[in-house]
Amino acid sequence: MMHPYIPTTHEDEQEMLKVIGRESIEELFSDIPEEFRLSRELNLPGAKSELEVSSYLNSLAKQNRSLSEMTCFLGAGAYDHYIPTIVDELISRSEFYTSYTPYQPEISQGTLQYIFEYQTLICNLTGMDVANASLYDGGTAVTEAALMAVSHSRKDEIIVSKAVKPEARQILKTYAHMQGLTVVEVDLKDGVTDLEELDSKVSDNTAAVIVQSPNFFGIIEDLKATGEIAHKGKKTVFIASVDPISLAILKKPVDLGVDVVVGDAQGMGIPLSFGGPYLGFIASKNDYLRKLPGRIVGETVDKNGKRSFVLTLTAREQHIRREKATSNICSNQGLNSLAATIYMVTMGKEGLKEVALQSTKKAHYALEKLIASGKYKPLFDKPFFKEFAVTSDVDVNKIQESLLEENIIGGYNLGKDYPQYENAVLYAVTEKRTKEEIDKLSSVLEGI
Amino acid sequence: MKVEKDLLYTNDHEWVKVEGEFAYVGIADYAQHSLGDIVYVELPEVDDEFEKEEAFSAVESVKAAADVFMPVGGKVVELNEELIDEPALLNTDPYGNWMVKIELANKEELDELMNSEDYEKFLAEEE
Amino acid sequence: MRKYDKLIFELSKPGRKAYNLPELDVEDKDVKSLIPEEFLSDEELNFPELFEVDVVRHYTNLSDKNYGVDTGFYPLGSCTMKYNPKINEVAARIDGFANLHPYQAEETIQGALRLMYELDESLAEIAGMDKMSLQPAAGAHGELTGIMVIKSYHEKNGDHHRNKLIVPDSAHGTNPATAAMAGYKIVEVKSNKNGLVDIEALKAVVGDDTAGLMLTNPNTLGIFEKEIKQIAEVVHGAGGQLYYDGANANAILGHARPGDMGFDVVHFNVHKTFSTPHGGGGPGAGPIGVKKHLEEFLPVPVVRKDGERYYLDYDLPNSLGKVKDFFGHFGILVRTFAYVLTMGKDGLRRASSIAVLNANYMASILKEHYYLPIDTIFKHEFVLGGLKDTLSEVSTLDIAKRLLDLGYHPPTVYFPLIINQAIMIEPTETESKETLDEFIEAMIQIAGEAEEDPQLVKDAPHNTIVSRPDETRAARNPILKYEG
Repeated sequence: MMHPYIPTTHEDEQEMLKVIGRESIEELFSDIPEEFRLSRELNLPGAKSELEVSSYLNSLAKQNRSLSEMTCFLGAGAYDHYIPTIVDELISRSEFYTSYTPYQPEISQGTLQYIFEYQTLICNLTGMDVANASLYDGGTAVTEAALMAVSHSRKDEIIVSKAVKPEARQILKTYAHMQGLTVVEVDLKDGVTDLEELDSKVSDNTAAVIVQSPNFFGIIEDLKATGEIAHKGKKTVFIASVDPISLAILKKPVDLGVDVVVGDAQGMGIPLSFGGPYLGFIASKNDYLRKLPGRIVGETVDKNGKRSFVLTLTAREQHIRREKATSNICSNQGLNSLAATIYMVTMGKEGLKEVALQSTKKAHYALEKLIASGKYKPLFDKPFFKEFAVTSDVDVNKIQESLLEENIIGGYNLGKDYPQYENAVLYAVTEKRTKEEIDKLSSVLEGI
Repeated sequence: MKVEKDLLYTNDHEWVKVEGEFAYVGIADYAQHSLGDIVYVELPEVDDEFEKEEAFSAVESVKAAADVFMPVGGKVVELNEELIDEPALLNTDPYGNWMVKIELANKEELDELMNSEDYEKFLAEEE
Repeated sequence: MRKYDKLIFELSKPGRKAYNLPELDVEDKDVKSLIPEEFLSDEELNFPELFEVDVVRHYTNLSDKNYGVDTGFYPLGSCTMKYNPKINEVAARIDGFANLHPYQAEETIQGALRLMYELDESLAEIAGMDKMSLQPAAGAHGELTGIMVIKSYHEKNGDHHRNKLIVPDSAHGTNPATAAMAGYKIVEVKSNKNGLVDIEALKAVVGDDTAGLMLTNPNTLGIFEKEIKQIAEVVHGAGGQLYYDGANANAILGHARPGDMGFDVVHFNVHKTFSTPHGGGGPGAGPIGVKKHLEEFLPVPVVRKDGERYYLDYDLPNSLGKVKDFFGHFGILVRTFAYVLTMGKDGLRRASSIAVLNANYMASILKEHYYLPIDTIFKHEFVLGGLKDTLSEVSTLDIAKRLLDLGYHPPTVYFPLIINQAIMIEPTETESKETLDEFIEAMIQIAGEAEEDPQLVKDAPHNTIVSRPDETRAARNPILKYEG
């Protein structure tokens, strides 16, 4: 049977077999022992036409309720920010998306240059010296940074704040367990990392101190004070996970003593897509360059002196250093780093700030609105960016159901990960939300 | 491959020059040649202590990376910091550019190393 | 082609903007009244100022400096650069898939969960496994997750002394790096002269400290490990588990299944075998499959079905934990599923048949002009050892660069490490005989040039926009960002 992606005709097949000196294609599989040759068909449906595939997938998609028919106040690490049209339009150029990792620089200058631009933008945003070409997501980026710190400091204890996104901590614990590393968690105090407790835990055994800011509850942590405590440990690396959009208005991590910055840049041009693929980023001070995982692009000149870009410092990576590499990462989030690059330059100097400011102002308006009647109370009284938690006597499930009836996706149920915050909900408000939508959220909540 | 007299050598192509209780350690011509253009040298810190055959440094070229192992145990007392800014020195003059100076932990370990004649024979067999 | 050599930052002009947001419709309070000043930056953001056409032209021009599968033949060994069907791209962008928040209520994501469940079942059938996890983000991440499954299994059995993973010397670099990341020591086992795992050497290294063996089958030379049954017996006999690196799965779809060969864990690189795009380096996805006895160790959550309801199951007490945010690269999984539906059982099998036919066809002709160190039946790829004249001053790198002049993406070079001057060619099934013949002609031409005019090849490429960028300079004095 002929298939649209496979051009080989019966005639081609016969000619090719003749050249090889074989009678049939089956003979080419004769090196697989008979007992392992599948003697039946795979238990799958037969090939389908494009119309059938498209119709089936659309029918599945219709069994979902997407954000285009609902208003989203859910965040917790994945955000409904505005994506300029040109982002998807440009990343859909197939010279970008059908290419491999840029191992042949002569025919990959497009990819290499955008990675260089991406690295520059991430450095400018965080104030760091170097950034890599990307990591899988914000959660694994926290772990990669921790492993970097372990390798740098040759110590085996990682301290992490409980205000770091729960899934990121779970990933960290999984990896740490495998390598026999110790993870020590620091408790919360009024919605932020308990710095007194942190101070009591940092020692010369501490490889890394990890916090998140804005933290999981949306609250801005005191990174400067945290860093001072972290650096009491000998060679301890201070790691901060950040929301890159917040850095358009908040102080840069580098100015607050952070050594390694990580995070997820999904909010910068990447669709929610039910959780992935997103975009992990990592940037550090120069001191940690050789321990940085993954690919890095550098500028050089070609043999005629022309500016060009290449993958560089590759001797850190798995394909050369094998078991001694800091990380095994190979495929990264290439195309998503292009999306974020296009997003960052499109929004530009003023745009990213406007996104950050509008999100902040709308989130604060929303909190004010939600607590006005007294039915809902802020869970914490701390400065926040675009997310905040409120608590009440109303059952969380009841809240979520009532909102859903009104086509609103409610916030994140904090009781799932923090039993002490039963009936507390974390709401995210981006620049996309309108006053009308916020008012509706508030009125539905009041009516419960 | 150049082999310098009066030095001691390992199977991994490191060399040692002994001065009393101290010794200088570097990589042999063979090692720099097989790595190619060296672009980065990672050095330990002063006061770090290493056992014999423990990796104390890593040397990188564009397409390769190699650990450098301690020929004998000891404590690092001095680093050749010039190598950090100019790693290519290991290519141009591997014997003129030591990597670390160590205080020997156990001089008897020196007996297990090859002298230049033995090392030349070893190289011939490697070919 | 238009000569274009600007960085985006060099286009910036103060005052321009490329975006438009709605006006703020809530009260415009001073941000200092909302967030204490000590946290606020007093610097301007160092980002460019452009207008929309700047951005569009810039990235369109950059795309022109790239070469993709849509541009031409891409016989990059071990990478399976097959055609990336367009319907996959459209599918991933359907509103009901692209605009879902991962933490939405279960009743609003039934279609997404059903897609994952059905893909899980399809991949398990293709692999001969009992249950998949769709969570891993890439091949290397799948490897790591799979090895963590094995480690969790040994730990539950109290086999804490099993601390060594065996990896053949022909393995991808990710294998040893993965083993180390999972906290294992690596034991390398040499290949025999036929490029296969040496059974005697394997027997010599297994023992009660063996956690498992990581194997790519067909291996990185494109050769099927015929003695897989004995290999499995040796490893299982020592109490180890067998890991299948699915990088080369495009050779066996519908013909053989890792699960039937005795493997306990498998990963697929869907961006290789299942046609999702490589995206200039990613994102891909690396789902893993396991046999029944390992299912309890899979990362949470796993997708399950209860009657008509699909749900995410977090209740796996012996799970290794979490390895990734949320549930995996859903957008990539949609593309994978579209491909599996399109190909069906017959199409998948046909894909491997033709991938193998193409590789053997090319090898049969090219071995007359290049050195073929191991001449046997190949699967989906084969490895040349440079020119026949091994003393030629023309290296594999030169040949690769000369191919650029002739309009091709070169094969994988200098891998696997066990073949000197390796040129690893993987044509895939989506290339016509005409394309293969033209590429073969180009290779023969270069072999001729290497004899008659070696300098021409050594100086290649001659007609690309840049030629042999200085990698030593880049590494010695790293410039890793634009500083204006």
